[in-house]
Amino acid sequence: MSAATDTIEEFASKEYQYGFVSEIESDTIPIGLSEEVIRMISSKKNEPEWLLEWRLKAYKLWLTMTDPLWHNVDVNPIDYQKIAYYSAPKPKKVLNSLDEVDPEMLAMFDKLGISLQEQKRLSNVAVDAVFDSVSVTTTFKGELKKQGIIFCSFSEAVQDHPELVRQYLGSVIPYSDNFYATLNSAVFTDGSFCYIPKGVRCPMELSTYFRINAANTGQFERTLIICDEGGYVSYLEGCTAPMRDENQLHAACVELVAMKDATIKYSTVQNWYPGDKDGKGGIYNFVTKRGICKGDNAKISWTQVETGSAITWKYPSCILQGDNSIGEFYSVALTNNKQQADTGTKMIHLGKNTRSTIVSKGISAGNGQNTYRGLVKINPGAENARNYSQCDSLLLGDRCGAHTFPYIEVKNPTATVEHEASTSKIGEDQIFYCNQRGISTEDAVSMIVNGFCKEVFKELPMEFAVEAQKLLGVSLEGSVG
Amino acid sequence: MEFLLKTDMNSEKLTAPNSYLRDFTGTDTGSDNPGPSWLSALRQNAAARFAEVGFPTRRDEEWRFTNVSPIAETPFTLATKAQSELSAEGLSRFTYQDLAGTQMVFVNGHFASDLSSATFPDGVSVKTLAAAMADNSPLVEKHLGKSAKFDTESFVALNTAALEDGAFVHVAAGAILTAPIHLLYISTAEAGPTVSHPRTLIIIEENSEVTLIESYAGASGQVYFTNAVTEVVVGENAVVDHYKVQRESEKAFHIATMQVSLTRSGNFSSHSIGLGGLLVRNDMNAYLGGEGIECTLNGVYLGKDKQVFDNHTSIDHAMPHCNSHEIYKGILNDYSRGVFNGKIFVREDAQKTDAKQTNQTLLLSPNAQIDTKPQLEIFADDVKCTHGATIGQLNAEALFYLRARGIKKDDARALLTYAFASDIVRRIKVDAIRSQLDRVLLAESALEGIAE
Repeated sequence: MSAATDTIEEFASKEYQYGFVSEIESDTIPIGLSEEVIRMISSKKNEPEWLLEWRLKAYKLWLTMTDPLWHNVDVNPIDYQKIAYYSAPKPKKVLNSLDEVDPEMLAMFDKLGISLQEQKRLSNVAVDAVFDSVSVTTTFKGELKKQGIIFCSFSEAVQDHPELVRQYLGSVIPYSDNFYATLNSAVFTDGSFCYIPKGVRCPMELSTYFRINAANTGQFERTLIICDEGGYVSYLEGCTAPMRDENQLHAACVELVAMKDATIKYSTVQNWYPGDKDGKGGIYNFVTKRGICKGDNAKISWTQVETGSAITWKYPSCILQGDNSIGEFYSVALTNNKQQADTGTKMIHLGKNTRSTIVSKGISAGNGQNTYRGLVKINPGAENARNYSQCDSLLLGDRCGAHTFPYIEVKNPTATVEHEASTSKIGEDQIFYCNQRGISTEDAVSMIVNGFCKEVFKELPMEFAVEAQKLLGVSLEGSVG
Repeated sequence: MEFLLKTDMNSEKLTAPNSYLRDFTGTDTGSDNPGPSWLSALRQNAAARFAEVGFPTRRDEEWRFTNVSPIAETPFTLATKAQSELSAEGLSRFTYQDLAGTQMVFVNGHFASDLSSATFPDGVSVKTLAAAMADNSPLVEKHLGKSAKFDTESFVALNTAALEDGAFVHVAAGAILTAPIHLLYISTAEAGPTVSHPRTLIIIEENSEVTLIESYAGASGQVYFTNAVTEVVVGENAVVDHYKVQRESEKAFHIATMQVSLTRSGNFSSHSIGLGGLLVRNDMNAYLGGEGIECTLNGVYLGKDKQVFDNHTSIDHAMPHCNSHEIYKGILNDYSRGVFNGKIFVREDAQKTDAKQTNQTLLLSPNAQIDTKPQLEIFADDVKCTHGATIGQLNAEALFYLRARGIKKDDARALLTYAFASDIVRRIKVDAIRSQLDRVLLAESALEGIAE
């Protein structure tokens, strides 16, 4: 077992690879939050009056709210007056091609392994790179435009498609939803907007790389994806962030709307700075993600691989309103050192014959605390609803924790709901079995961990599946395909 | 998000707990009860604690699915000793005549000697808590109120503040009891809603073996509130078989906390059968404080009309090499509601823990509801922990199979429902209890004479 222990320790003490600060001048407004700051954000972004009013409504409500305390994580109190709520890289001008992008910024993307040119040329992925809060460049836009697909930054959408934004913004996550969503509604700066018209199958994977850069800048992303009747879209989101000593707050909102027969697949790889070994620094990732299957036969599928952040607090949810609609949630969450994750999903069954599947894999190492928190709710009208949930936890080391808080609320007798959870460690007998057959302990651990997560990885698009496996452990390479 | 926010906004912390304290326990401060000084202190602390926290509301995570405001809104008065005339015949429905065991009957929380057995087997001392406290028994002082904590539990605080009488069972080391000890708590409320606070303290010394039955019952149609607390202390290598049979009136409120502390190589199993009551809450907590403990918690409840059954269980694995098994089954008819919350804690050093929890619920009516929350909190790595929860209806194929053999639809449904529940009853080790409960279950399922 000594080799396995080494592997695990090595794995647990893996340094954050993407920690660096790039020297780009930021256009940051003074720190603190007030009505004035919100007006300033809104006017900087040249927003219409209704949006400003919406922000102010959220702000006024937020003032009356308190930080939630029900979660199973320790959060150092956040001073919301010490955060800068807007930061955009300077100089800010409209760019036509990649050549105009700041070379330093391009170099940084290269370091992260997301060369825009490479991606554009080889992988057929359109990338809307969000650098801090403002979109810098957008690729493949023209090609998407031919199909009638709108894929742009949120600020552009507010200018160019205000009617769509106004109709759907806050329709899934109302501004009053929860503390962090309300804060986001008041101060969000940018994000992505996507509209797939009727009957269009988006020809490529859409992806955005989020990156927190300027120190003390909370990032408040707002993403809105609307998939009209019969449409299909697969959206990829990946995150890395540079090393910081102070906790950074990230409170994003993602709203998905799937109409009749539409399918939205939303995949995330999150690898933000988790803090050092003693838990110092690291990102607070407090995200509200929710999708609604508005029409019949709609489908929303969430896949997430969460390996970063000091604290992860997110519950990508599905409201299954249309009959026969489907919700899926596949998750791998890894916590090591002092990382904490409280994540899971909510499946709200409203329509007839709605189905949902939850597969959650938690891996805890070091002093990591991993919590699955999920809600499956079958409302009286949801005839023949079906849910299957499975939450498995793998513990590497004896100082970590795995927790499960599934809530199941059933108000219709025709529903069939199943929930299973298990917790285990890598069995010595399993390692022994592999050793006997000439497989080294390191390879055996790698095989077992990968096998543990396989159900989720197979839901990821190819590029992400590879990245996710890399993230799961440098020392586990070798046998990782 | 709104895991907690989605609560009943109207149920603010119920104000003026002091007035409840007076009505429910007959004292403001818990001090005017007789007894030794440590007891007065205990009661006073509990009363002060209740005055501070009041009744729980749906904002409390532990009570988010169960609203106790009907209890606060009913004008209960503290039940007194002389409120009822009961005969042994009247009780026969609730007793186990074919069991040659010890029986203690309490009416409204007070011991009824005329209804109880006069003699007790060797190695066991069964007396009233009032008598034990009057003797200032060091065992009582050592254990009473120690494991059932009232800092966070309002109803335990209320019970402790009203502490006056109850059952005290002491099983000596090495005693092997062949016949069970039956504690029967009867409530009566002819003159108006009453509240009683039955308290049970059971101390089982090492290497002994005992079967215990706790029954709670009341006359049909009467409105009363039973607020029970049971503390069980199990010594090393002791084997304890515990049954709780709850057959309160269909208008009664029943809130009970049972706290079990186990030590090395103890073996504890509990079967909880819930049939009666309008609003029923059971807290069943086991603390596994030694190595090699076996703990089994099983339960079944049958809900009909507007009954609410709320079962909370907690198994705390504090030490390594312990096993726990848990199966809770619910059958919900009409407008009944079920709540299940099963917690399993595995502490940092509790390696080699094997914990298994199953929760199954049968929803038989379109208006029945279940809220279930099986919860695992694990801090050790070398453990096997699983939980499973299923919610569904009767198997259509099984129904078809029975009907194809000429069994009427209603009978076939009743038969399958009975089979679902009897899975728990079948696990009961004592024949007499098993067959008695089987008969009750058959009667509840309207199957008398069919499945014999």
